[in-house]
Amino acid sequence: MEINKAVITVAGSDQRTLPVQRLIDCDGVEKPVFTILIEEVLSAGVEEIAAVVAPGDNRAYAEAAGDYAGRVQFIPQGKPLGYGHAIYCARHFTGDNPFLHLVGDHLYVSGSDKRCARMLVDAARKEECAISAVQATRENLLSYFGVVGGTRVPGREGLYVVETVAEKPTPTEAELRLIVPGLRAGHYLCFFGMHVLTPAVMEILARQTEEAGEAGGVTLSSALDILATREKYLALEEPALRYDVGVKYGLLFAQMALALNGTERDVILSRMLELLAQRELGLPQREPGLSRREPGPMGEPA
Amino acid sequence: MRSELVKIITSRDPDIRDLSLDAFCRSASQATLLAECAELERFRRSSTNLYERVRALFFLYSIHRFHLPRKYGAGEGSLIPYDGYVFLLHRRFEEALGLFLAMQERNGPSDGISSALAQTYHQLGFQTLADQVRRSVRSEKGNQWMFRVGHPMDHPLRVRDDLLERTAEGLYPILRERTPVRMDMSHSAWSDIFFLGMDFPEGARVMNVSIDLAVRGRDQAPCPPVEAYFRVIDEPVLRLASVDLEATVEISDLAEVFDFARDYLGLLKAAVIAAGIVPPGMEGCGRRLKDLLEKLVGPGRGIEIVSRVNGIPKGSRLAVSTSLLACLIAVCMRATGQAKSLTGTLAEEERRLTAARAVLGEWLGGSGGGWQDSGGVWPGMKLITGVLAGEGDPEFGISRGRLLPSHRIFGPDRISAETRRKLHDSLVLVHGGMAQDVGPILEMVTEKYLLRSEAEWRGRKKACQILDEVLDRLHEGNVRGIGDATTRNFFGPIQAIIPWATNLYTEMIIDRTRKEFDGDFWGFWMLGGMSGGGMGFIFDPAVKPAAQEFLHETMHATKQWLGDALPFAMEPVIYDFAINDRGTRASLLEGDAALMPAGYYTLHLPALLRANFRDLMPSRRAELDRFGEDCRTRPELAGMVQTLFDRIMPRSEDRTDEERSLAALLDELGFDRIQHEQIRSDLRGGRIGLAQNRYPASTVIEDVADDDVRHLADASGTSRKAARELGLQSLRNGEVAVVTLAAGVGSRWTQGAGVVKALHPFCKFEGRHRSFLEMHLAKSRRTGTMCGNWLPHIITTSYLTHDPIRAFLADRKEYGYPGELIYSPGRAVGLRLVPMARDLRFAWEETATQLLDEQAQKVRDSLQAALIGWAQQMGEGTDYTDNVPLQCLHPVGHWYEIPNLLRNGVLSDLLAKRPRLEYLLIHNIDTLGADADPAVLGSFIESGKTMMVEVITRRVEDRGGGLARVDGHLQLIEGMALPREEDEFRLSYYNSNTMWIAIDKLLGLFGLVRADLARPDKVAAAVRAAAAQVPTYITIKDVKKRWGHGQEDIFPVAQFEKLWGDMTALRGMDTLFLVVPRMRGQQLKEQAQLDGWFRDGSAEHVESLCEWGAP
Repeated sequence: MEINKAVITVAGSDQRTLPVQRLIDCDGVEKPVFTILIEEVLSAGVEEIAAVVAPGDNRAYAEAAGDYAGRVQFIPQGKPLGYGHAIYCARHFTGDNPFLHLVGDHLYVSGSDKRCARMLVDAARKEECAISAVQATRENLLSYFGVVGGTRVPGREGLYVVETVAEKPTPTEAELRLIVPGLRAGHYLCFFGMHVLTPAVMEILARQTEEAGEAGGVTLSSALDILATREKYLALEEPALRYDVGVKYGLLFAQMALALNGTERDVILSRMLELLAQRELGLPQREPGLSRREPGPMGEPA
Repeated sequence: MRSELVKIITSRDPDIRDLSLDAFCRSASQATLLAECAELERFRRSSTNLYERVRALFFLYSIHRFHLPRKYGAGEGSLIPYDGYVFLLHRRFEEALGLFLAMQERNGPSDGISSALAQTYHQLGFQTLADQVRRSVRSEKGNQWMFRVGHPMDHPLRVRDDLLERTAEGLYPILRERTPVRMDMSHSAWSDIFFLGMDFPEGARVMNVSIDLAVRGRDQAPCPPVEAYFRVIDEPVLRLASVDLEATVEISDLAEVFDFARDYLGLLKAAVIAAGIVPPGMEGCGRRLKDLLEKLVGPGRGIEIVSRVNGIPKGSRLAVSTSLLACLIAVCMRATGQAKSLTGTLAEEERRLTAARAVLGEWLGGSGGGWQDSGGVWPGMKLITGVLAGEGDPEFGISRGRLLPSHRIFGPDRISAETRRKLHDSLVLVHGGMAQDVGPILEMVTEKYLLRSEAEWRGRKKACQILDEVLDRLHEGNVRGIGDATTRNFFGPIQAIIPWATNLYTEMIIDRTRKEFDGDFWGFWMLGGMSGGGMGFIFDPAVKPAAQEFLHETMHATKQWLGDALPFAMEPVIYDFAINDRGTRASLLEGDAALMPAGYYTLHLPALLRANFRDLMPSRRAELDRFGEDCRTRPELAGMVQTLFDRIMPRSEDRTDEERSLAALLDELGFDRIQHEQIRSDLRGGRIGLAQNRYPASTVIEDVADDDVRHLADASGTSRKAARELGLQSLRNGEVAVVTLAAGVGSRWTQGAGVVKALHPFCKFEGRHRSFLEMHLAKSRRTGTMCGNWLPHIITTSYLTHDPIRAFLADRKEYGYPGELIYSPGRAVGLRLVPMARDLRFAWEETATQLLDEQAQKVRDSLQAALIGWAQQMGEGTDYTDNVPLQCLHPVGHWYEIPNLLRNGVLSDLLAKRPRLEYLLIHNIDTLGADADPAVLGSFIESGKTMMVEVITRRVEDRGGGLARVDGHLQLIEGMALPREEDEFRLSYYNSNTMWIAIDKLLGLFGLVRADLARPDKVAAAVRAAAAQVPTYITIKDVKKRWGHGQEDIFPVAQFEKLWGDMTALRGMDTLFLVVPRMRGQQLKEQAQLDGWFRDGSAEHVESLCEWGAP
């Protein structure tokens, strides 16, 4: 299965400005979140990228895409009819092809040489089916995610056959429908914000969007729940870390994760420890001369 | 040895597995039974299968309780190790068994040790089953997460946005859930108990109908009887309110949510926990409720939950409380997104979950219902059946069946609309007015199922067939056939399994109905655990209105007639009902409609009016505005102003009336105020009390030596024959009268319901219910027939029992007793006192009491803390007057009943008429085996003593003192007087309280002769002098206070008493102690004892002593 297209959704009313926020990436270079996402996609060998944006946001995103702006096709979501509808807006772009899909308010830190999108796309190419990146998550966080239920693929570490998908379930529902054998008690496979989807998803979304009409509210989870009954659909447990930049302190933690995973890890770590020591233990600030390093990444004196 | 009983337990062949234990034991020798016990004990320790273990435990219990005692010789007693008893009380069963078995090994088997083993095996069996139910409930999918959440930050639930959106005035919407109750159509022999369904799912089946109810003559039309309301509020508290119990609480402390018995809102708290709002894992986490609420509804907000039962009385046998619990859980689940739909009906999976949560809630609240009790959550008519546990079920590999059953809803194809209508037109649903605890019955059912006793097992199989028959008749639309089947069920299998399911009241009503309506009365069915409360009568539709009228009058009249003999909680009522085809259902009350039920405002308004209106939250002000507007415009709220006025300005006349009548009663009964003041002052001053009942710690308490007692069984053939002849001669000469002590109300018998125990028609013999008194008279009749001389039979009474007994016996023509029946009215009465907190603590904390199962114990601890608070609030040691007058008074102990014979002229008259009268046989109302046995009497005459006391060897349940040498003196000692509790376990013999008295010698002890009986002053002085020599005990008794619709509260009250057994401590009293067989000396203190009494041969023995009079 060839995967050459990617759809990034950035049209959510509460996340429109997030992808244009700037962070220092693992490589030590300051760039917008949107650019980091584009690089994630490109690392997977996917060249054609569409971003679903709110009307009027094209320009801001084009700027945020920087050098990659020419590679990205901007698709407006005319009305805010939900997440599922946003993906559906890219139907002409994806056509009859499978495609990689990323949400615009998440950042992924793989911790290995292979980036998250790469691992997912490789798995999809191999399995030739739709596949969602998932992560075992404690039940108290279920209200933030889509959750899948299913069983392990025998002999394949981290790969699951998806049988059920539910959007933001209560733990009660999760226990009844979404328990995955082999996971720790109270843990469920929650979406990682990254999927490889097949054209069948667009068909299902088409019908759901039509049924919902102006009320909107179609979720990707509801479409994937149907997909699981129609065709082979897998979930890949990602060993990586994912950061929702849309929540309180989300950007801060994403930045720290990128920094701790990057080339300037030691500097950041020591600065954080120092900060902690000063704040919590009341230790005096280091005297000049004790510094063995150059000025910190933010340009402040060491 | 190859154990036959282990083979029965482990066999896969039903023909062997279902063999009866009783059949095996009947023919087995004592040695065989003991060897089987040893094998069973080994087996139950090694088996990994839950039901094999439990069945082995019940076999062991049954052998030690019913079969081995019959094989022991009379008087084969043995001491029971106190440490083992304490282990038993603390539910450390294995350690208790270890000690008891070691004692058996060392000293040989005995009646006493067998009784201790039986009780331990019995409790361990139920504990094992309860543990499994608890595990299953916790591991039920959908429930597990709630036990993992231990911190507010982890709380995964959020209240739905729909409930957070308020109107411009600030009113939050209210989610209202309305749920029908369930009616069990066939009564499938209690097959809905969890244990049965988990072992025998094939036999666990019920036909369950969801119904709406109305009380005839009060309500306009049937509606769902239970309602729950949920809304967000502007204060960070959990506000709970029960409209019908008129109770409300604002909880801001997380620990209080788990304090179930602190107020009347335990059921709401259990629902809040079981629904996951405050998950059970949070218990004891020490966090703030405010933080938890913040996660659920946001900062500064809280939740309010209100329950309402539409005036359906308690004990309706329609599972009202479980339905309410399920209703509350459903509304909470909807509000937190655990059910998909906010309004309308629930999906099947959600109904199942609600039912599972209701089971959890019942366990949390320390109560328990059947698995069909949440049936009202489902719509219409359904068959609920046990299910074999499959892979993936938490029960798989542990029990054969699942904890929760499956529900099959019958559509019109299976039961037509026409049949439903016909059923409605034929059935008269009633509440007979009795509301008894069915807990013991459910335990009996479990036990009998596990033992597979022949008659009971046949009954169970028959009940299964009758259910099929009912289903067929429903399909055919043959309502008459249904009535026929359910009637056969009631008089056949149900009573074969549990004879106590019926009672005289129920049978009289059935009988009268049958006579009145003949062929138009199609049948009877019992609802729930036992009859007397909720019941169904099926008639030809043409006569239904007349039948309703008739039943209404008949129940009232019959209740009137039996009111002193049976515990009624309320006036009987007739229901109107309708089948509810929707099940539980919710709706969202928004905008102007967002108001709580009217009763809620009557409850809250007085307090709100006292507050400054401006200090109220804007949402509260808006709500009151809205309610005020509704009161002005909606006709159904027209009387609200008056209701509110009455609430704010309570009427005090009733209370004054009550007080006046109590005062009048006290005057009338010759209440001794001076003595009362003295007792009250001593109690408050700490001079008397529970701790002061005890002898000084230095007292030496020793068991008696062999020659301190005489054994009835020991006498050789010749001497026994001689004694019998002597006794017979005395009886023939008219030297004996029988005295039955009937002044008490049997607090333990009906948990303080205040009915006359003597009149309680507790057991059926020869096809009729017989009261205690009838049985005693029947024994006197037999003695009279035997000796050719009718014994005078004296019944001692008190202010509580005198009039009822006289009227009751007069109405029944004194059961046709041919001899003289004499009443000896009591002369002493006490006024109960609010107990001292220190006495309550002493009773609950410092004496060895039976711990309950974990959760039930928590509830009891909470209740006891609340009751201590109640005593302090009411005023410790003040007069207890907050109840109906008769419940405020108490009899002052049976010591007074004998001197009363001297004071009230009864003995004097009797001696005048019967100068040859020499001896009195005195016995308790509940010592049914006591009779004027010539051999016993002969032994007494031979001894030449003043008094003879009959004692029995001790069993583990025989608490309350015994025969001892107290500082060297041979006497009876009360349990509460023993310096140390463990002393009691060193005493071999227990007092049966059956005594023989030589009249002249007793008079001599009082310093009197026969002629003095005509001199009241001298008699009174003698009695006073004797009274001064016996101790006064302070005791704590339970007393019921009834209120609302069949609600009952039980309060502990302090009272005093003097006991006749203490006369044996007097130096001048020359007493013989005779050891008699247990069947003669056994007392029946609690109704839960009845089944064992019936099964261990005691009932049969007692019946053999009776000669019944004409009905």
